[in-house]
Amino acid sequence: MSEPYQPVIIGFLCNWCSYRAADLAGTARLHYAPNMRPIRVMCSGRVEPDLVLKALREGADGVLIAGCHPGECHYIEGNLKTLRRFVLLQRLLRQFGIEEERVQLVWASASEGTVLAAAVNRMTEQLRAMGPLRWRQNVLGGNGHGPAQVVSQPVTLASEEA
Amino acid sequence: MEEKVGVYICHCGTNIAGMVDVKEVAQWASEQPNVAVARDYKFMCSSLGQDMVETDIKKLGLTQVVVAACSPHMHEKTFRGACQRAGLNPFMFEMANIRELDSWATDNHAAATQKAKAMIKGAIARVMLHQPLEALRVAIDPHTLIVGGGIAGITAALELANAGYPVYLVEREPSIGGHMAQWDKTFPTLDCAACILTPRMVDTGQHPNITVLSYSEVEGVEGYVGNFTVTVRKKAGYVNQELCTGCGICEEKCPKKVVDDVFEAGLGTRKAIYRPFPQAVPKYPVIDVKSCIYFQRGKCKACQIFCPPGAIDFEQQDQLLKLQVGNIIMATGYDPFDARRIPRYGYGRLANVFTSIQFERMVNASGPTGGRILLRDGATEPKSIAIVHCVGSRDENYNEYCSRVCCMYSLKFAHLVRERLPNAEVYNFYIDVRAAGKRYEEFYHRVMKEGAHFIRGRVAEVTDAARTPDEEGKLIVQVYDTLFGAQRRIPVDMVVLSVGMESRHDARKVVQQFGLGCDMSGFFTERHPKLDPTLTMVEGIFIAGACQGPMAIPETVAQGGAAAARVASMIGQGTVVMEPIKAHIDADQCSGCRVCNTLCPYNAIVYHADQKVSEVITALCQGCGTCVAACPSSSITGAHFTREQLMAQVEGLLWDVRELEMTE
Amino acid sequence: MAAKQKPKLAMYWAAACGGCEISVLNIGDKLLAVDEAFDVAFWPVAADFKVKDVEAYPDGYIDLCLFNGAIRTSENEEMAHLLRRKSKVLVAFGACASEGGIPALASLTTRQAIFRTVYLDNPSIDNPDGVLPQPISQVPEGELRIPTYAETVRALDQVVPVDYVMPGCPPEPHQIGAVVEAIISGATLPAPGSTILGAGNSAVCDECPLEKHEKKIQRFYRPYAINPQPGVCLLEQGLVCLGPATRCGCGALCPQVGMRCAGCYGPLDGAADQGARILAAIASVVDAGNARDDEAALMHKAQEVMDMLADPAGTFYRFSLAHSLLQRARVADPPPSPREAAPAGKEMHHETHHD
Repeated sequence: MSEPYQPVIIGFLCNWCSYRAADLAGTARLHYAPNMRPIRVMCSGRVEPDLVLKALREGADGVLIAGCHPGECHYIEGNLKTLRRFVLLQRLLRQFGIEEERVQLVWASASEGTVLAAAVNRMTEQLRAMGPLRWRQNVLGGNGHGPAQVVSQPVTLASEEA
Repeated sequence: MEEKVGVYICHCGTNIAGMVDVKEVAQWASEQPNVAVARDYKFMCSSLGQDMVETDIKKLGLTQVVVAACSPHMHEKTFRGACQRAGLNPFMFEMANIRELDSWATDNHAAATQKAKAMIKGAIARVMLHQPLEALRVAIDPHTLIVGGGIAGITAALELANAGYPVYLVEREPSIGGHMAQWDKTFPTLDCAACILTPRMVDTGQHPNITVLSYSEVEGVEGYVGNFTVTVRKKAGYVNQELCTGCGICEEKCPKKVVDDVFEAGLGTRKAIYRPFPQAVPKYPVIDVKSCIYFQRGKCKACQIFCPPGAIDFEQQDQLLKLQVGNIIMATGYDPFDARRIPRYGYGRLANVFTSIQFERMVNASGPTGGRILLRDGATEPKSIAIVHCVGSRDENYNEYCSRVCCMYSLKFAHLVRERLPNAEVYNFYIDVRAAGKRYEEFYHRVMKEGAHFIRGRVAEVTDAARTPDEEGKLIVQVYDTLFGAQRRIPVDMVVLSVGMESRHDARKVVQQFGLGCDMSGFFTERHPKLDPTLTMVEGIFIAGACQGPMAIPETVAQGGAAAARVASMIGQGTVVMEPIKAHIDADQCSGCRVCNTLCPYNAIVYHADQKVSEVITALCQGCGTCVAACPSSSITGAHFTREQLMAQVEGLLWDVRELEMTE
Repeated sequence: MAAKQKPKLAMYWAAACGGCEISVLNIGDKLLAVDEAFDVAFWPVAADFKVKDVEAYPDGYIDLCLFNGAIRTSENEEMAHLLRRKSKVLVAFGACASEGGIPALASLTTRQAIFRTVYLDNPSIDNPDGVLPQPISQVPEGELRIPTYAETVRALDQVVPVDYVMPGCPPEPHQIGAVVEAIISGATLPAPGSTILGAGNSAVCDECPLEKHEKKIQRFYRPYAINPQPGVCLLEQGLVCLGPATRCGCGALCPQVGMRCAGCYGPLDGAADQGARILAAIASVVDAGNARDDEAALMHKAQEVMDMLADPAGTFYRFSLAHSLLQRARVADPPPSPREAAPAGKEMHHETHHD
C-alpha cells in the first residue's frame, strides 16, 4: 500500500460563523487538507453528542465541531451549550479509549477562514500520526456486533449429541 | 412511496469542473440507489440550469432534488424557487457545496472528487428524509415601539409617523434628544446641534401619530413579531402633565441645587425639580426624589407653593402601561467611556482634565460657562489645551475598537478653541486621524491650517509633577512623538480627553429583556454587518444608531430611517412570512423534565404547569436547535435538521469508509 | 394428544442475575393465572427441562419465550439462536436482554482484564498456578468444554430478531402482570419487531412526583454524598439522575425515595443512544461561566464542573452500553501477569473450535 493513510474528519459547521468562515476560505482560494467532510447546522448548539458518536462509529477518524466565538453566537448562547457538552463528551470518550485529538471544538467567526483552515490542517496531521480509528472494523469487528471469536451461527452443543 | 432523487452537478465554468471530475461524479451519482436522474451542467444557477431541474421534476416526478454546486448562502434560495415553480415543496431540496468547501479549497483532483462524492452522498441520504414544510404567516400590529428618544429614535419615529403609522417612543430621561442635545456644534458643518435637533424634537412631541413616553422604561417584552406585548413603566415625575404649563417657576424657586451628572456631565448644576435642558420635549419638569428636600426630609414644597396651575403632585405613582405593538426599534444609544478607568490621565484627580462631553457643555452657549472655555476655577481662560485622542479606544486594555467619532470631534474642539481663544495653543495627540466621511478630510486640513498642532503618539500620562520651571502649575502631557522620534513633555493649562463610545451600562440587561444578541462589548448584534445592519436575529426587532456600534449623526440618522423603512414595509404588507425551521415539542412524549426551559434565548419555550409539559412558541423560535439537541426524551424535533436527517447525512458522508454490510 | 394443548411458556436466563425471575414471581396471584394458562416448556430456575428437550421441540413450539440476560458467552449465544428457532414469540425480557444491562459494562474493559481481576488479582481467590478459564481442557474423563467469553457483551436483538421488549431492571411486577394478563386474555398485541411492552412512551419524569423547576446545575454529587431535599427534582440538586432520558413504566420508584434514576428502563423512541441523550441534557443545563468570560475561562469553568461528574461512561451507559453507538471501549489488553500460567490447552483469545 503506497498511498498514505488519509484521515476522514466529519466537520459540523454552524451556518452563521464557521460555515461562512469555510466559505470564505474557499473564496480566498485558501487550500487546506481536503479531509474534512462538512455538515451544515444552523447553530453549533444543534450538535449533539449522538451525532459525534455516530460519526465515530460509522468510520470517521475524528470529528470537528466549529461555532461562533463565545459572545458572538448568532443565537446568543447556543455555542456555550456546545462547549459544555463537548467538555463532558471528551471525558466520556476518554473512557472509551478515544483520544481527545479525535474530537475537537474550534471557534471561528465568519471572517476567520484562515482559522478554520488551520484547524483542519492541524487536526488532519494529528489524526494521521495517530492512525485510523475505523471503529466498526477495528474495534467492534465483524458486523459491529463483536469480535469474530464468538460463534455467530447456531450450533448444537456437541457434548450432548450422543 | 418510491423516492426519486434528481442530482445535479454544476461545473460552475471551471470553478468546480477544473478540480472535480464532474462527469465521473455525475455517472457515479446516477448509479446510487434512489437516484432517478443525475446530470452535470455548466451553470446550474442559470435559467437553463434551473429549467433543467424544473423539467425533470415535472417529467420524471422527482420527489427530492440535490444540487451540487456553490454555497447554499449563494443559491439555496434560487434552487428552492425552481423546485417551488415546478410544484415540488422547496424544502425537498438540499445543496452540496462542492465549490467553496471543496474545489476551491484544494489542489488535489482525486481528493476533491472523492470529497464531492461524499458530500453528494450525504446530501442524497439527508434529502430523502426531508419533510415538505410550509412557511408561516403572522399578522402585524401597525403600532411600533421605539426604545430611545435620541436622534436615531426621533428619526425613526418621524419616518413612521409621517407614513401614517402609530408610534410609541419610550425615553428613559425626562426629555427626548439624547446625546445630540448636549453638543454644541456638529462636525464638519459646524451646525449648531440644538438648532438642527430641536425642530425634530418639537415635531416628534406634536405629531398626532407619536405618543412620547418620557421618563419611562421598558420592563418586559413578550410575544413575537407582529404581536409584541410590552410593559412600560412611566415613572412618576410628580408633575401633573395635564396642568403644567412649562413656565419654569418651580425650577427657579427650588432651593436644592445638585450637580447635574447626566446632561451637564458633572460640569454644571440643576435643581431637584428640573428639566434636563430648556428646549426639553416634553416640557414638563420632573422631581428627582433623591435630591428633593420634601421627599428626603418632609420639608419645603416650594415648587408646589409657587406653581400657578397647582401642577405639583407629590402623591403621583408610577404607571405600568401594557402596549401592543407589531415591531420594535431599539435606539438606546451609547455611554461615553469612563475616563476614570485610566488613572494616569488624571481625570477626577487633576482639576483641569476634562472629558470631551464636559468640553462640549463648556463650549455650548447654554452650558454652565455660557460658552466660554475656562479652567476649573470658572474664571481663567487657558492658554494651551491638549486634546488626547483614543481615550479608552484602540486599546487592548480597554476597548480594542475605534470609536469612529472621536477624531472628528477632537478636530472640532481644536477648531472651536482656535475660534474662541485665538491666542491659545491647541495640541491634538493622535494615533491616526480618521476623517472618513463626507468633507471630513477637508475639515481636518482646515483645522491644520488654523494652527492646531498635531502630535502623533498615544499619550502615556498627564501629570502635574513639574520637572522644569516652565512646567510649574501646568498639566504636562507625556507622549512618545512617533514622527519626531522622541519622548516629549508638553505643558498645557487644560487637557481634554476624547473618550470613546461604549455600549450602555445596562446593555446586557436590555439584550436579555428583548432576546437580542450583543457582542463582547455590549453592542447589539445586527443580522448582517454588511447587508442588514438594522435588523437583528429576532424577527420584528430592529436596531438603529449607536446601540449597534460607534457612529456619528449621519450614520445614525440613516439607520433610523432604514429601520423605519423596513418596519413600514412590514406593516404595509400586513403579514410576515417566517422560515419554517422551527422546533416542536411532542406533548405526549414530553415528560415535563424542564431541561429545555432555560435553553432558549428567545424565551420561545414555555412550561405549562397544569399539564406538566413544555411547549415551543413557533413564532418566537429562531430554529437554532439547541433545545432539540438537549431534550433527553427526544420529544423535541427540529424541522429540517432532525436527528434522523443529520444521522443519514453522516452515514452518506462516510460512504466510502463505512463497513459495506450493515445489518443495523 | 386429544386434550387441548395449553400454550407453551419458556423463560431463560443468559448473562443475568436472577432478578427478572424474581420479578416474575413477584406478580403474585397472577402467577396462578400463568400456571393455569400455560405449560412451562423450559425454565431453568423453576423446572427440570434440559437443553436437549428444547432441541427436540419442533420449531415454533414455544409460544412465548421470556429471554432475560445479556449475551456474553458462546452458550448464551447458542441458546439465543435455539430459543429463537423454537419460539413463536421471543421477548427480550429485562434490561440485560433489551439493552445489555449491567453485564454489558464489561465492554468498557477487556475480557483479559476481567479474568485477571476475577481469577488472579482478587484477594479472595486462591489460584497459585494462575489458571484462567480454558474453553477446552483435558481431564481424566476426557475432553471438557466450557463456553467461551466474548470481548463485547451484546443485547439479545444483536444476535437474533426479537419480537417484543420488556425493559427494566427488573421489569416491574405490575407491568409484567399487565402484559401477561393481556396475552392470556387474548388481546391483540401491537405488531412485533422489537416492540416495547410494559412501559410508557414518555420519560421517568412523567411519573416522578418530585417538583421540577428551571434547571441550572452548578455542581454534581455522588449519590451518597448528600441527603437530597425531599420533594424536589434530584437532577436540580446535582445528583446525576437519568430519569429525563429513561423510559417510564416503573412508576419512578427510585427518585421518590431520593435515589437518582440509574436508567434501567432504557432509552425512549427517537434516541439512538441513551447515554448521549442524558449527556446532552445534563451538559446543556450546567451553569458554568457566561458570555462575558473569555474563552479560556469558559473552558476552565466547564471543566471544573464536569470533573465532578464521576465515571460518565458507567453512569450514562449503566444499562444501555450494548445498544449504544460505540458499543464498547477501545482498550488494550493488560500485559500478561507473571501469575498467569503458560496455557495448557487452547488460548482464550483464539477462535472457538467446535466440531
